[in-house]
Amino acid sequence: MAKPITLITGTRKGIGKFLAEYYVKQGHLVVGCDLSEIDWSLEGYKHYIADVSHEATVKSLFAEVRKKYGVLDYLINNAGIAAMNHCLLTPLETVHNVLNTNVVGTFLFCREAAKLMQKKRFGRIVNFVTVAIPLRLEGEAIYAASKAAVLSLTQILAREFAGYGITVNSVGPAPVETDLIRSVPKERIDSLLSRLAIPRFGTFEDIANVIDFYLREDSSFITGQNIYLGGV
Amino acid sequence: MNQNQEIVDLIARIANEFNEQLEFKIAVEQGRDAPLYGRDGVLDSLRLVSFVVAVEQAIEDELGLTLALADEKALSQKHSPFRTVGALADYVENLMKKG
Repeated sequence: MAKPITLITGTRKGIGKFLAEYYVKQGHLVVGCDLSEIDWSLEGYKHYIADVSHEATVKSLFAEVRKKYGVLDYLINNAGIAAMNHCLLTPLETVHNVLNTNVVGTFLFCREAAKLMQKKRFGRIVNFVTVAIPLRLEGEAIYAASKAAVLSLTQILAREFAGYGITVNSVGPAPVETDLIRSVPKERIDSLLSRLAIPRFGTFEDIANVIDFYLREDSSFITGQNIYLGGV
Repeated sequence: MNQNQEIVDLIARIANEFNEQLEFKIAVEQGRDAPLYGRDGVLDSLRLVSFVVAVEQAIEDELGLTLALADEKALSQKHSPFRTVGALADYVENLMKKG
C-alpha cells in the first residue's frame, strides 16, 4: 500500500517537529514547512521554507506536492504564533502577525489542501485551537480571538468539504512546555493549569493521540469537532 | 493560436473529461458559449469547485502558471466568471495578464 502523504505546518521545532517525526515513524511521507531552514533531517521528511500566510508561496508549495506525490491525505495546521500582552499594550503589527499566521495561514492551507484531497474523495484536516478560548484568558485577547476564528473556520469548512469526503476537526491543547509559553510568568501558568480538570502540562503525545483519532479511516463520520485537552 | 483560444481549448478538454461522469453534459460543442454554472449550467456548486480546480491544475501543468481561480462573484448567477467556457477563459486570461 502506498504511504500516506501528510503535510504539517510549522515543523522547525516544538509540536510540529514532534508530529513530523511521529508520523514519519508511523510510515507516512511527511512534507513540512516553516519560515526558515531546519537544523534536523529525517528520511521520509521533506522540508520547505514558506510563510503560511503568503498566498503565492503556499500555492507553489502545493504545486510541488501535487507534482511530486499527486495526492495529499492528511493536513495538520500546526503553525501558529501567540501574543501575550494586555490589549492596551498590544501593537497593531502584532495583531496583524497573529491573524496572518493563525487565521490566514490556516485558511490558505485548508483551501489548497482540499483542492488536492477532493480528487481522491478522501482527506483529513486537523487545525489547532487553544484552551485560551473557553478559559477567556486575560492577556491573550488577540491570540484567543485568532484561534476562535480557526474554530469557526473548522466548523464551517467541515460542512463545505463534507461532500468531498474530507473531514475537518481541531484540537485545543492545554499548555505544553514549548517556546510559545516560555515567556509567560510561572504564576500565570499555575493559575491556568488550576482551571483544568486535570491540572498538568499537556504533552506532545496527548496532542498526537487526538490527531490519530481524527486521521483514522474509521473517523469518517467525525467532522467539525473540537477536543480540548485537560478537561476545560 | 491566440492565448484565449488556447485557454478555451484547455477548458473544453476538461469539460469533456467531466462529461464522462455527468448525467447532464456540458454542451462543449457550443464553444465559448457553453454554459457551465448558473441558470443554464449543468454544474452544481460542488462540481463547479472540482471543475475550477481541474482547470487551475491544468494551467499549472500545461502553461507553467500558478493562478488562484478564486473570485468574490464565483457563485453569483449573473456575474460569476464561471458562467460559460468563454467567461472562464476571459477571466483566466485577465489573471494571467495581471500575474
